[in-house]
Amino acid sequence: MSSDASQISDTTTADGAPRDRSLARRILYNRGIRSVVTQITVVLLICFLVFQIGVNLLENLHAIGKEVSFNFLLAPANYDITFQPFVDYDPTKTHFRAAMVGLTNTLLVAVSGVILATILGFTLGVMRLSRNFLISRLSQIFVEFNRNIPVLLHILFLYGVIIHILPRPKQSIEFMGSVFLSNRGLYVPKPVLGEGSGIVIGAFFAAIIASYLVYRWAKKRQRETGQIFPVFWTSVGLIIAAPVVAFFIMGGPITLNYPALKGFNFKGGVALKPEYLALWLALSYYTACFIAEIVRGGILAIHKGQREAAYALGLSSNRTLQLAIIPQALPLIIPPLTSNYLNLTKNSSLAIAIGYFDIVATIGGISLMQTGKEVETMFIVLAMYLVMSLMISTGMNLLNLKLKLKGR
Amino acid sequence: MAQRKSYTPGTHPDLPPPPTEVGVIGWLRRNLFATPTDTILTLLGFYIIYSLLPGLIEWSFVNAVWSANSRDECWAAMETPAGGACWAFVSVRMKQLLYGFYPNSEIWRINLACVLLIVALAPVLFDRVPGRKYLFWFTAIYPFVGGWLVFGWFLLPPVNSLDIGGLALTLLIGVTGIAFSLPAGIILALGRASRLPIIKILCVVFIEFIRGVPLIALLFIASTMLNYFLPPGTTFDLLVRVLIMVSLFASAYMAEVIRGGLAGIPKGQIEAANAAGLSYWKTMYLIVMPQVLKISIPGIVNTFIGLFKDTTLVLVIGMFDLLGMGRAALTDVKWIGLQREAYIFIAILFFFCCYGMSLYSSYLERKLDTENKFQKK
Repeated sequence: MSSDASQISDTTTADGAPRDRSLARRILYNRGIRSVVTQITVVLLICFLVFQIGVNLLENLHAIGKEVSFNFLLAPANYDITFQPFVDYDPTKTHFRAAMVGLTNTLLVAVSGVILATILGFTLGVMRLSRNFLISRLSQIFVEFNRNIPVLLHILFLYGVIIHILPRPKQSIEFMGSVFLSNRGLYVPKPVLGEGSGIVIGAFFAAIIASYLVYRWAKKRQRETGQIFPVFWTSVGLIIAAPVVAFFIMGGPITLNYPALKGFNFKGGVALKPEYLALWLALSYYTACFIAEIVRGGILAIHKGQREAAYALGLSSNRTLQLAIIPQALPLIIPPLTSNYLNLTKNSSLAIAIGYFDIVATIGGISLMQTGKEVETMFIVLAMYLVMSLMISTGMNLLNLKLKLKGR
Repeated sequence: MAQRKSYTPGTHPDLPPPPTEVGVIGWLRRNLFATPTDTILTLLGFYIIYSLLPGLIEWSFVNAVWSANSRDECWAAMETPAGGACWAFVSVRMKQLLYGFYPNSEIWRINLACVLLIVALAPVLFDRVPGRKYLFWFTAIYPFVGGWLVFGWFLLPPVNSLDIGGLALTLLIGVTGIAFSLPAGIILALGRASRLPIIKILCVVFIEFIRGVPLIALLFIASTMLNYFLPPGTTFDLLVRVLIMVSLFASAYMAEVIRGGLAGIPKGQIEAANAAGLSYWKTMYLIVMPQVLKISIPGIVNTFIGLFKDTTLVLVIGMFDLLGMGRAALTDVKWIGLQREAYIFIAILFFFCCYGMSLYSSYLERKLDTENKFQKK
């Protein structure tokens, strides 16, 4: 204990002699001064590094006759993009327009991937928890196998299979005469919106709003009278029935344009190109495997007593899930789910390996090669991804906050 | 006629359970056919297995061809072309898939480096290794020994770093990233939890920036413009640039895992350490980090696995790792259209590495699980 005493006492050493408290020592061991000095040193160091990097950058660029400017964005891009479902583009359009094509293509893959991955992931996670031995094992094998293999390998494999192993359009695999799978991609019927189709779509959205109103009314009624109203099935019925009724009243304004084989390829319908198809499917089922584990972990983390207490109160197994398990599991599931959505969005940049035109492939790839503007193009790419990441995590944080306030 | 025996209440011997509730039948009833829905799902599951498994076995073993000189030769040896796997392709390309373009006469160096890697890892991974204390010294110098063997220098002829490829490159990038990211991640996480506002802000900005952008963009920066940031005239090797970027990338993710662990340490632990007069670094080293590392094992290993899988992205900037080598091999006109064979082989290699890591993680979790068993449910 005596040796410890020396650390406790400020003014004397262990044997009682007065300590050497010269000014230099006191400054050296003062907590406040120390922290200020450390921070100032770090700031100076960082400033120096940033300054040095900036100087080096300008010097290096000057040496090879380049300057930092974003004017190239308004120059014609002079390269072709084969996949541009949203933005009108041709090689005479500007690099800026090409970047926009890339951005929308990235968003397309990200959004459709997140939707499919969520559906698949929750299904796999619930299957894994099933009491059915076979189903839970099948889900486990699928998840364990896929998540231990690089996503790039999944993408290249799917793309290779679609391009080289699937048959040509003439021998394409056909589902019910309207969906065709061949090495040119997947062709599905395309809805053609005729006159009055706005009303059908309007009916669909009206049904969604109506379901929400029913939900609020049912909740109020349950609070007042204790009676339970089957909200879920009412909503499903409403959302399906309203557009169907509107469809027949308007005399079938929406028709389907079926793809048909013309010459060497299909015409009509919606074409899901091999690049998009491979990227979308691979990203979705790869991410779904991680989501499955998150869902499983979230549900398992809820204490057994919660379920037993709900049963003891006489709730059915569905109501238990809906009222006791899910509200508690969701706040646990959402934060890791968010980082998986972010991962999927960032992994969509692997598109470049199979020639899908996303941000990295357009502005960060071909535009970079053509203009030689490495610094500017990479700056744009990084900025776009940072903004997307921030938006996703902000949105999911808000969702989590809302769920948490409701739960507790 | 057996006489009905009468028992006084409470003395009846236990009867065996009904045969439908125990043994194989009981198990089947409980686990596969508990309810009508369960039965339908089970049948569906069996149908999936039935429709996939026989075809898979037939393709990969029964009809497979193990040695041939070209795809056509392979397919000619089968009953129907492409009816089986042409593993001959993989075995012909094996050397490149494993070592890349490393000179033939020097391959023993990579093999030796791998064996030594196992020796260096053994004391870190398992605590019952004989001579563990001395092996740690070997672990400490291994990076230099391994670098010397792989790149060549004194006594060994140097090898061009771009000739390293295949599995060797994958391992090189993965192991370097893993070795660097753990200490760097700990420092970053401590910085993020620091009381000093400027240090904290710097760490947050760094971590969030790296986590917000895809690795491919960082690799592009490494390959196209990293040299611009250095004093004019200095250039260094593409492989080194990639190693730096991958390590930085992994350390940001590691920092977040460690931060999660830090949040799980009760404040009393740090206060107790302060009360005992431990300095900041001693508190961290002796009290906080052992607990943090223990509770973050699953996250740490998941980051390692993610990093190992992410090494494949270097193929985008023109390096030939395991996957890049496989893709390059597929462009050979003699072996065209064998995507399935090449990618499945590579997938199996990756699966074993990554699944091995996750098995080790659960072993470690069980070993370090000193928590009071009553606190668990």
